[in-house]
Amino acid sequence: MKKSTKTLFNIIAVSIILAILIFLEMNKRKFSYDISIIERSMIYAVAAVAMNLTNGFTGLFSLGQAGFMAIGAYTVALLTIPVEARAGVFYVTGMNEFLSKIELPFIPALLLGGLFAAILAGLIGIPVLRLKSDYLAIATLGFSEIIRSIIASPQLNMITNGSYGLKKIPRFSSIFVPIALCCLCILIIVLLINSSYGRAFKAIREDETAAEAMGINLFKHKLTSFMISSFFTGVAGGLLASYMGTIDSGTFKITLTYDILLIVVLGGMGSVTGSILGSFLVTAGREWLRFFDQPLKVGNWQVPLFRTGFRMVVFSVLLMVVVLFYSKGLMGSKEFSWEGLVRFFKNLFTRKQKLNGGVSNGK
Amino acid sequence: MSLATFLQHCLTGISLGGAYALIAIGYTMVYGILRLINFAHGDLFMIAGYLMIFTLADFPWYIAIPIVLIGTVVIGIVIERLAYKPLRSAPRMSIMISAIGVSLLLQNLATYLFTALPRGYPEIPYLKRIFQFGTLSASFVTFLTPILTMVLVFLMVMMINKTKIGMAMRAVSKDYETAEIMGIKINSVVSFTFAIGSLLAAIGSILYFTDRMSVNPFSGSLPGLKCFVAAVLGGIGSIPGAMIGGFILGIGETFLVALGFSTFSDAFTFILLIVMLLVKPTGLFGEKATEKV
Amino acid sequence: MGNNVLRLEHCTMQFGGVVAVDNFSMEVNEHEIVALIGPNGAGKTTAFNFVTGVYEPTNGKVFFHDELMVANHPAGKMKKLYKGDPDQICEKIVRKTPDQITKLGIARTFQNIRLFKALTVFENVLIAKHMHAKSGLLKTAMHLNYREEIQMRKEAMELLEMQNLAAYRNDIASSLPYGQQRHLEIARALATNPTLLLLDEPAAGMNPQETDELAAFIKKTKEDFNLTVFLIEHHMDLVMGISDRIYVLDFGKMIAHGLPADIQNNDRVIQAYLGVEENA
Ligand SMILES: Nc1ncnc2c1ncn2[C@@H]1O[C@H](COP(=O)(O)OP(=O)(O)O)[C@@H](O)[C@H]1O
Ligand SMILES: [Mg+2]
Repeated sequence: MKKSTKTLFNIIAVSIILAILIFLEMNKRKFSYDISIIERSMIYAVAAVAMNLTNGFTGLFSLGQAGFMAIGAYTVALLTIPVEARAGVFYVTGMNEFLSKIELPFIPALLLGGLFAAILAGLIGIPVLRLKSDYLAIATLGFSEIIRSIIASPQLNMITNGSYGLKKIPRFSSIFVPIALCCLCILIIVLLINSSYGRAFKAIREDETAAEAMGINLFKHKLTSFMISSFFTGVAGGLLASYMGTIDSGTFKITLTYDILLIVVLGGMGSVTGSILGSFLVTAGREWLRFFDQPLKVGNWQVPLFRTGFRMVVFSVLLMVVVLFYSKGLMGSKEFSWEGLVRFFKNLFTRKQKLNGGVSNGK
Repeated sequence: MSLATFLQHCLTGISLGGAYALIAIGYTMVYGILRLINFAHGDLFMIAGYLMIFTLADFPWYIAIPIVLIGTVVIGIVIERLAYKPLRSAPRMSIMISAIGVSLLLQNLATYLFTALPRGYPEIPYLKRIFQFGTLSASFVTFLTPILTMVLVFLMVMMINKTKIGMAMRAVSKDYETAEIMGIKINSVVSFTFAIGSLLAAIGSILYFTDRMSVNPFSGSLPGLKCFVAAVLGGIGSIPGAMIGGFILGIGETFLVALGFSTFSDAFTFILLIVMLLVKPTGLFGEKATEKV
Repeated sequence: MGNNVLRLEHCTMQFGGVVAVDNFSMEVNEHEIVALIGPNGAGKTTAFNFVTGVYEPTNGKVFFHDELMVANHPAGKMKKLYKGDPDQICEKIVRKTPDQITKLGIARTFQNIRLFKALTVFENVLIAKHMHAKSGLLKTAMHLNYREEIQMRKEAMELLEMQNLAAYRNDIASSLPYGQQRHLEIARALATNPTLLLLDEPAAGMNPQETDELAAFIKKTKEDFNLTVFLIEHHMDLVMGISDRIYVLDFGKMIAHGLPADIQNNDRVIQAYLGVEENA
């Protein structure tokens, strides 16, 4: 495919997406459900691409997504809930004197959320990444649980509103705000991955000993990757807070981390476009799979299995199936390309022909 | 805190630590051999809890206990065969993700089958009988746990050092490839490791849940994480280390709760992990191994 | 002692009770090609590993351009286990990580090729240029370092051309034929701009013709890049053909050293090494 054709395709694709977004924005009321799915998918995509940076590109196994998102979300929420509304939100114990007067615009609050997440990542990463990055998974998982229990603890009622959660977080004024921010975040990560640092990360993933022999300081680069990833995970959390309007410690359970892990694995470790694709599939899939949780009757016959909790069983089986049988996920470590798309459809077509007993082009 | 309460808490802590130790051994052995953090180990422990609830409903305890032990061992081996074995030559992260998948599956399956509400753990005769030593009083299980743990650890250490299969396990954990070349049947060693780990998790589950009195689908996840930390504290790969790590966590946690810091008792575990990695990354009993290049 | 690039003094390396390298002293002078030979398991690779910071020697000193680069003495449990020369305990402790040593100017290849398998041939070499980059993280991540990036790419490309690998530049490293993978590993090592190049069995798995070509190539590379070369090799023709001096290890101990002609006729060496080779 020629470069100019590709550019043309890109322009067409972007225009179509923009047109759809403008259409949705103009008919906000009617399509609020679809808009919310798109927004959530994009926010998850940021978290997934950030996870891919450590897990897919650097080969570090971090499982602290829920915790870092909680940090970002609570930072954004506490700093952006309008001062007037705060007494109502902290109706039980009141808000900490000092904090209750600080209000920031959304973007600075978001950056601060990311920054706090990155700093915490540094505190975990410095001891853990220095020697055995094996333990990063456990340390981050544990950290994530601790953050949640600390947020919910009554001792912090005046700051996090304990188990009551936070409400009245200002929502996005338009679908373009979250989409633009998410695209920007993903773009920055992509630029990083394609830079000299990104190559060093990949070298570490491929072979730590060889990377070190190439003069790459393992600790420094692992820490860099982990902190940047956590920064964007925090930002994704901040976006999630504004998207949901209401958050509590339950929002950031381990299952959130596993959702994002599923997205990354499904999309393909080491593929950014895979993560984005995975994010839309998983987010939308969760909605479609809702019917699994409802009792289902065909005529008079009560279909077995369908009741509360079945969806999550299906979900975990899906994760296992992908890991065991399609370990490359949708994209492997490749990125989306128009050639790839054309090839995909060609293959699909020829395979269908073969299945239909049509003329196969092999013999 | 009077001396009597202090001793009482010590006893509770040692007992909790004993149960932790038994789970930690499963982590330490599997990590030693496959370099895999078996995220599903804690959930296996939870499943063993449910297994006991259902078997004890139909059978007397002396039949129920063997059923639970064997059942858990079988589940543990099956998990290894289905979810880990196919990935043995895949990147290490894949097998860990598979472990997470199993963990999620067990939790979700338990939620689906038994609902998320806690179920009462049945009383196993004798275990709950109260004993009185001067001012100290505790149920039989509280005394039994640490003693049983130490006996089991002693047997394990003997097995690792004195038997043929133990030698094979040590060989595989030292150098997987060479062990394979030397004709050690890796598959049987791995299965055996999982069997022992599951057996100890099942015993741990009986001791732990008898004290806690209820099981829910998530009862295994946090204790699981903690026990891995216990294994790291003691030095991953070392069985006595896992025991000491378990005791440290159990006692520390009990005292934090007693002092009113229950929210932070979980945090304590992970802060301990971080501190340990800073001070002595190989753990208390771990030996520095140089990876062959 | 003068003008040597690398000098080992009383180096011992133990793994628990196993003495892999025993009280080994040696030196490599500027512009020499020095070979380290010995039967399998003699401790050759181990010596490379503690010179490059992958392992920490149990005892001894390593000098690079006459500066103390690595030094250690037995500590903790090792005090009891130590089986090296008790009179040669080194007092100092100097540690360096492998990346620091690479930055000092020592590059190496590995006995069991360690390429970045899933990356392209070009990327493999380009990665070695990363450590010389001066731009900071932010500048690099935002691609504002294009001048530097272009320079890095140019240098990497030149290296590939020199190794006749340019045609493979976009191929995945693991898809290359075995011999080419060895060449790529050398190209990658050269990309770090070393003054001392360590080659661990570069001719392993090559046929006689390829081995001859490799010998010529090593000599040429040494001249072109103004290098000092220290290599481990089993192919005696190659070793005898290009080495200025040879050290022989057996069970960790140095049993001989000298000019190729002397080594060839040394009884102990023939017993320990050549004998084994002939029987095998
Ligand atoms: N990381 C390690 N741990 C334990 N033993 C090792 C390690 N590396 C090397 N050895 C042992 O050291 C000895 C020398 O090995 P090596 O240096 O690889 O030999 P050579 O390269 O001369 O064939 C061997 O007995 C080997 O098993
Ligand atoms: Mg060798």
